[in-house]
Amino acid sequence: MKYKNFSLKNTLSVLVSAFFLLNAGSSVAASTSVCLITKDATNSFFVKMAQGAFAKSAELGVELRSFAGKYDGDHETQVAAIETCVAAGAGGILLVASDTKAITSSVKQARDSGLVVLALDTPLDPIDSADMTFATDNFLAGELIGQWAAKTMGDTSNAKIGLLNINVSQPTVGVLRNQGFLKGFGIDIGNPSKWGDETDSRIVGHELSNGNAEGGLKGMENLLAIDPNINVVYTINEPAAAGAYQALKALGKEDQAIIVSVDGGCPGVDNVANGVIGATAQQYPLLMAALGVEAISNAVETGQMPSATKGKAFFDTGVGLVTGSPVSGLDQLTVEEGKNLCWGG
Amino acid sequence: MINPILTAHGLTKRYGKVTAIEDSDLDLFPGEVLAIIGDNGAGKTTLIKALSGAIQADQGKIMLEGNEIAFNSPIDARKYGIETVHQTLALSPALSIAENMFMGREILKTGLIGKVFRKLDKNKMRKIAREKLSELGLMTIQNINQKVETLSGGQRQGIAVVRAAIFGTKIVILDEPTAALGVKESRRVLELIQEIKLRGISIIIISHNMPHVFEIADRIHVHRLGKRLCEINPKDISMSEAVALMTGAMKPEKIKENNR
Amino acid sequence: MNDNYQLNSVFNYRETLMSKAKNYIQDFPVLIPFFILLSSILVFGLLVGDRFFSAFALTLILQQVAIVGIIGVAQSIVILTAGIDLSVGAIAVLSSVVMGKFTIDLGLPPEIAILCGLLCGTFFGAINGVLVAKVKVPPFIATLGLWMIVLAINFLYSGSEVISAQTLSTEAPLLQFFGNKIEFGGAIFTYGVIFMLLLVVLMSYVLSQTAWGRHVYAVGDDPSAMMLSGVNVDRTIISVYAIAGLICAFAGWALIGRLGSISPQAGQMANIESITAVVIGGISLFGGRGSVVGTLFGALIVGVFSLGLRLLGADVQWTYLLIGVLIITAVTIDQYIRKEVSS
Repeated sequence: MKYKNFSLKNTLSVLVSAFFLLNAGSSVAASTSVCLITKDATNSFFVKMAQGAFAKSAELGVELRSFAGKYDGDHETQVAAIETCVAAGAGGILLVASDTKAITSSVKQARDSGLVVLALDTPLDPIDSADMTFATDNFLAGELIGQWAAKTMGDTSNAKIGLLNINVSQPTVGVLRNQGFLKGFGIDIGNPSKWGDETDSRIVGHELSNGNAEGGLKGMENLLAIDPNINVVYTINEPAAAGAYQALKALGKEDQAIIVSVDGGCPGVDNVANGVIGATAQQYPLLMAALGVEAISNAVETGQMPSATKGKAFFDTGVGLVTGSPVSGLDQLTVEEGKNLCWGG
Repeated sequence: MINPILTAHGLTKRYGKVTAIEDSDLDLFPGEVLAIIGDNGAGKTTLIKALSGAIQADQGKIMLEGNEIAFNSPIDARKYGIETVHQTLALSPALSIAENMFMGREILKTGLIGKVFRKLDKNKMRKIAREKLSELGLMTIQNINQKVETLSGGQRQGIAVVRAAIFGTKIVILDEPTAALGVKESRRVLELIQEIKLRGISIIIISHNMPHVFEIADRIHVHRLGKRLCEINPKDISMSEAVALMTGAMKPEKIKENNR
Repeated sequence: MNDNYQLNSVFNYRETLMSKAKNYIQDFPVLIPFFILLSSILVFGLLVGDRFFSAFALTLILQQVAIVGIIGVAQSIVILTAGIDLSVGAIAVLSSVVMGKFTIDLGLPPEIAILCGLLCGTFFGAINGVLVAKVKVPPFIATLGLWMIVLAINFLYSGSEVISAQTLSTEAPLLQFFGNKIEFGGAIFTYGVIFMLLLVVLMSYVLSQTAWGRHVYAVGDDPSAMMLSGVNVDRTIISVYAIAGLICAFAGWALIGRLGSISPQAGQMANIESITAVVIGGISLFGGRGSVVGTLFGALIVGVFSLGLRLLGADVQWTYLLIGVLIITAVTIDQYIRKEVSS
């Protein structure tokens, strides 16, 4: 009898606060210590990033503490992690921000306390809130796969494009990749800071995938319900691409559409090898993390801050276009080269 | 001399620091209606809950037909033929009359469909429920598939009493069966109790209603401050004396003096 | 005089019609979600046209709700006992990971691995049941805790790594069994969809025709009455949660069929989505009232709204807004029915 009332009354309130904080791994302070704060601890992109950071810190004799939100978007845990790092007297923080705007006040406090804060993968908003940003040029990544798709098709006048984006809040990374892709494909993107304002009739629709296979599948099904003849599919990342392929395959349409993606994780490169994905723009999280650890250790010892890539507001860690069917006029990596550089299991 | 069918000896039940019953005794003889009366909080309900397996006493023993028994749950008590109509009636409002009557002792279809698919024999259960209800004169209820929540308080009480009457082979215990009822409905329930008695089943009834107690009880067990104060014969005593005993205004020794 | 009489009789007639309808709805509350489903299909059919009103789109909805529908059956029996299960999605995903890793990593035959996955789901479901029935932890808290525990085990054991569709189709196609399909015309029925429909039929039978099923309702209605009328309440509750776990494990298997791959990140919202389907389907959160058919309708309503609104080109937020309205409406109706009955 007692639990009856309980379950109803408190269901919503506790559900909201149910996703709670999670701090992973920490140890005793050494001479220089570096904190790595990622969006979550389950995405293999961040798992790899942490591995890269741990390897580099072991090499340099720096102590690394790794923190992660419980899920992508868990801002509170990241704030708590920054506070912990400041309190622990860390030399610097490597941050993959969940909320690029809101986190800046915490970042400022950390920098005011003398810590070096480097943004990894995702630039803060504004970008100069961090001492430096180590990231993939996501717009360029999108542009590369857009160009590849256009060149592969040849005549793009009959293109029917479906776009599988990340989520409804239109985070910067998702916008940059999406708009880069459309520009690379040769479409007028209108306002480059948002998707969905394009007027080109070749675009069938923008769907959300949450960057996972389940969402990619459902989004693709919805797009196919709108127009069953879609022949170009942009996906925010490779799990979404795998989901999109599954939806096409279920209808026997897996050969009608070119799927392009961004990330370059090992399962993604495997999917390029076996024809699920046409081309993917590969990014290098291990490199980001390793460069970041090195930069902090360097900055703490010498006071020297890393500088940005020429012509960009951030340190570009590079992007490679991986495909099994190369086109002329683009720098491309073979599947084998992609596999050697890939991350994630 | 006739031996009691049910005896409780030295039953004690505490809830934390509160003692509900302490060193309480009870004797029930075959075929009789024993009424338990007592002031609020005297421990009457706790006592019969211990006898029906709804709670387990901390100390003391219960003997049924001379053998010591222990009830871990109401299921155990039922196995010995003891049925109880609790104050709360223990009916599921959203289920039908028939479903409630057979709750926990459902009849399955015979053959494969019952053995393998565990299919209930709803028709058989409805038929028995209807028969028993009319046998005990409660067929004012037209539809056996009616949900219990659509019935009046008296009808619900009737269902609970009939359920106990069907399955109670030795003892039927009733806790305040007329408390929530009107005059007519109370009368019906009292008649039901008489009919159960006629089948040779022993009955324990808790009631605050002195006219009802004096009408149907063969003996009265007065419960006071967690234990049996005395047993009295309703023919030997007036209602006001009984109330005086209950409330402590009169000592049990007084009765004997009066009768002398 | 005459006029008055006629007026009166018309008035009475209307009143009896109203109360008849009310009685009918009280007896068959599943009619409400059924009518909402029918009318939403009609409305979207009119607004969107052929693209929605096609065998393809309508069966697509079935495919999209299959997993939530299966998990919804598990959630239904738990909520019928006045409980709630937040761990359903986590149990489904962990079971699918167990099936995949046992086959691919340990090299067990897929049949054995699937059996292990089903056992895994049943095991965690039973833990929920024991916590609720024996330890008396409120269901919300017990399953909240287990949700997190199972999710953590899932991520630790899987290393967050996806087992790809290609690997599965070459090494263990049996795991993708529920992805097989039957087609006629434009209609596509995956085995997952068929499984969901069969499960709803089976559970409806069990709930209405067996003693266990009636006990599930009675436990939710009034557990102390159940106990006093001699039903083993604890055993009923534990079995309900264990069977819910088993159904979730089947949902995990069906999830593999739907995704083609095994993804430890999948199914994260399944608890909320299944509770949504259950509530819209008219099962009372206070237990004891409603049916699994209602849950199926509830899941389908959500599916119709999401696909219909997407085809209309509406912002995805409209889906959430309307589903929110539906949830509150459904619970309001439930409260109204309960109040009517008790008065």
